[in-house]
Amino acid sequence: MTQTALDIAADVRARRRSAREVVDEHLATIEAREGEVHAFNAVLAEEARRTADAVDGSIAAGDDPGPLAGVPVVVKDNMCTRGIPTTCGSRILEGWRPPYDATVVERLREAGAVLVGKTNLDEFAMGSSTENSAFGPTGNPHDLARVPGGSSGGSAAAVAAGFAPLALGSDTGGSIRQPAALCGVVGVKPTYGLVSRYGLVAFASSLDQIGPFASTVADAAAALDAIAVPDPRDSTCIPDARPAYVEALQTGADGLRVGIVEELTEADGVEPEVRNAVERAASVLEAGGAHVDRVSVPSAVYGISAYYLIAPAEASSNLARYDGVRYGLRVEGEDVGTMNARTRAAGFGDEVKRRIMLGTYALSAGYFDAYYGKAQKVRTLIIRDFARAYETHNVLLAPTTPTVAFKLGEKTSDPLAMYLSDVCTVPSSLAGHPAMSVPFGTGADNLPVGVQVLAPPLAEVIMLRTAQALEESVR
Amino acid sequence: MSVYEAVIGLELHVELATATKLFCSCPNEFGAEPNTNVCPVCLGLPGSLPVLNARAVELALRLAEALDFDVPDRSIFARKNYFYPDMPKDFQISQYESPILSDGRLEVDGATVGIERAHLEEDTGKTVHMGGGGRIHDAEHSLVDYNRAGVPLMEIVSRPDIRSAEQARAYVTELRGVLKAIGLSDVKMEEGSMRVDANVSVREAGAAEFGTKVEIKNMNSLRSLGRAIEHEIERQSAMLDAGERIIQETRHWNEDDGTTHGMRTKEGSSDYRYFPEPDLTPVAPTDEQRAAVRGALPELPAQQRSRLVALGVPEAAARTIVEAELTTYTTSATVSTATTADVANWVQGEVLARVNAEDADPEEKLPAARLGELVDLVAEGTISRAQAKEVFDQVWGTSKVPREVVKDQGLAQVSDEGELAKVIDDIITANPKESDAYRAGDDKARGKLQGFFIGQAMKATGGKANGQLLKKLLDDRLG
Repeated sequence: MTQTALDIAADVRARRRSAREVVDEHLATIEAREGEVHAFNAVLAEEARRTADAVDGSIAAGDDPGPLAGVPVVVKDNMCTRGIPTTCGSRILEGWRPPYDATVVERLREAGAVLVGKTNLDEFAMGSSTENSAFGPTGNPHDLARVPGGSSGGSAAAVAAGFAPLALGSDTGGSIRQPAALCGVVGVKPTYGLVSRYGLVAFASSLDQIGPFASTVADAAAALDAIAVPDPRDSTCIPDARPAYVEALQTGADGLRVGIVEELTEADGVEPEVRNAVERAASVLEAGGAHVDRVSVPSAVYGISAYYLIAPAEASSNLARYDGVRYGLRVEGEDVGTMNARTRAAGFGDEVKRRIMLGTYALSAGYFDAYYGKAQKVRTLIIRDFARAYETHNVLLAPTTPTVAFKLGEKTSDPLAMYLSDVCTVPSSLAGHPAMSVPFGTGADNLPVGVQVLAPPLAEVIMLRTAQALEESVR
Repeated sequence: MSVYEAVIGLELHVELATATKLFCSCPNEFGAEPNTNVCPVCLGLPGSLPVLNARAVELALRLAEALDFDVPDRSIFARKNYFYPDMPKDFQISQYESPILSDGRLEVDGATVGIERAHLEEDTGKTVHMGGGGRIHDAEHSLVDYNRAGVPLMEIVSRPDIRSAEQARAYVTELRGVLKAIGLSDVKMEEGSMRVDANVSVREAGAAEFGTKVEIKNMNSLRSLGRAIEHEIERQSAMLDAGERIIQETRHWNEDDGTTHGMRTKEGSSDYRYFPEPDLTPVAPTDEQRAAVRGALPELPAQQRSRLVALGVPEAAARTIVEAELTTYTTSATVSTATTADVANWVQGEVLARVNAEDADPEEKLPAARLGELVDLVAEGTISRAQAKEVFDQVWGTSKVPREVVKDQGLAQVSDEGELAKVIDDIITANPKESDAYRAGDDKARGKLQGFFIGQAMKATGGKANGQLLKKLLDDRLG
């Protein structure tokens, strides 16, 4: 059994174990299995040992290094780390070392956590399998022939493989929840604005949100405590104080009003085992005293269509800056326009190019209203439909993904099939609501299945409580 | 040949006088070493995010009060997407469909010019082409300085309410005065902190429809703005007279040959793919913010002029003084309304000449109170206007006090009645012919002869005689 982050921090703070010892153990696990999993774009062994020694030093000096003292963490390689390459899984950022730390990285350091690596991802977080990384795919630790999901596949795999008890990912349309489900770990996408995006390399700014992976709900809550703080550097970051998530964790489902989202549970392509898992989860909560019924969120079925207009539109603008002028890859040309074009042709992979073209088209004069404009209206409808559901429910249940982990290469030639693996996660992203995946048994081929818990804005506490009730039932 | 009427609309771009840039805390200053006033945000580094400068919003709210703009409850920023090496993100954060200010107006010499909108946006960096004479096509390579990237700009777009080059200049002059007075911008056109583009069309006098408009760019002074508009009106009128059609286009003003010429444009029009900037929340000024700005709004040029005129300053002098930002100096120098016009005369004359020549702060060179003292010395008859000029030259830029200079150098006028009476009596005795003519003469003849007698008296006193007193003594004796 992997050690939890909370256990490690308690041991280190009580001087039962040194942070160095903990880090060395995890580095040894990485050494043993990273070759086959390929969760990382960079393992920061030396830096991790140095940080661990500093944590031990501060404890020896009688200081408190923080609530995550000595806890190894990994972050998705689209979060800026000062002086350490941040690749976004792309060739176009070749050689670039950010001059600053993302806010979440600062927060983890302040909490005493030890950064041990930067994890692999689909290029610029665009994908659902981590196969779109310029540095090769990541394997699912439960079956190396299968994908770990994406785009935060490296982070999910790292936690599943015991490389670190905590990881950070980013979720734009399901990129934390989907790989969490496929790798059998907990993955939380917080309310949009709960966690600062400063230093997260943007994919789709109005959707991107950072969140944790962990092996337990309590660990995920501990990670949220560290990273979910107001940040004046992100204008969209909510300025109000957050609850203390670990403290607020309650057990039991008694009195909860839970709805099963019909449109997501009955969606085309949802496998019977997955649907069964949602039904079983509902029963567990009902047995625990929750009131459970089925609820309709009609516009959720348009989520994928709206998402694949809004996200590429924003991406087409966010990724314009990779032009070879200031940093990263440059392929020379006789004039600046040719240099820009050659650099982008060589630096971006197919999926990124596909989405830049989709997004550019959706924003073009004459098409804006029909595509981007209409997608924004769908977004408003989804928010309205969710609001209606939450008038009578505390939380909602749905599958996280339609299937268990699929095989490497299975969907790479069919982008649309790949996009549909986000069908259950995209609606909460468009609404800006929190949602999380919690492991709930296994499905086909004995592979992990996740159940998704959805909640209204800023209702992370009740969402975590529901997830914990499910977690206890399968432990 | 028909009679044509010009229809002109102006777009002003001004740099905001904020301490920091629009979306980060880098200094907003001119002239620093290249690429030193930069950070991850204004360099558009991956992962960086913009945060709106509250001061820029405050300046916009001041402008709203000054020009009677509507301030929408919510305005939003938008991304204007296009590739350019000096634009760090390859999009510019600007405002498009929903600007921070709309529907304002400005009184210009009794006419109202409507202002359609004013919006905030960020500036780009600056590209310098090396080799090949500094032109992009022949350059060996180009260097980019991002110090200017992210500097706050405001674009102020007038309605097509302007009818002549002269009115266009008056509009810009008045607007510039307002922008300076409220501290929104330095508005130095020659240094590039203000830029004006003009949309010009002509139509037959009395026509209801607008003609086809042409946008003219590249005017770097008020003078060239006026010249460019005049030239464009002539060019378009001649084309219409010749039965030609005006083409909607952007034309470049060429200062050297005094003409405009069409800019080579790429095939098709640009599509900037504007969409709302997702990294910024809407700008929603509160009533409290607006009230605070209203309460602290400085006096506008038109108000300053009225105040000066009410104090007794002639209209033309008031205009000059306000434009030169010497209103406070003038009113501080004014001790009584009896001397206001004299003070104004000094300010728009000697003081302004010195200020312009030395680029100086007049208060530092000659505190207003001392100018007042100098004016008083003339008014009370202690020194003549000519002597005052000498005193002015001695006190400007020194710590000397006018009254003391007069005393130390014995500059005071001779105002001793007994002493001057003797001088006058001597001159009358020595010039019997002129004296008789004065006695017998009408007002016109006396006026002429008065000059003769006063001149003689001045000669006799070395120019120090009190002229007023001399006139009185002369009248006593010969009138």
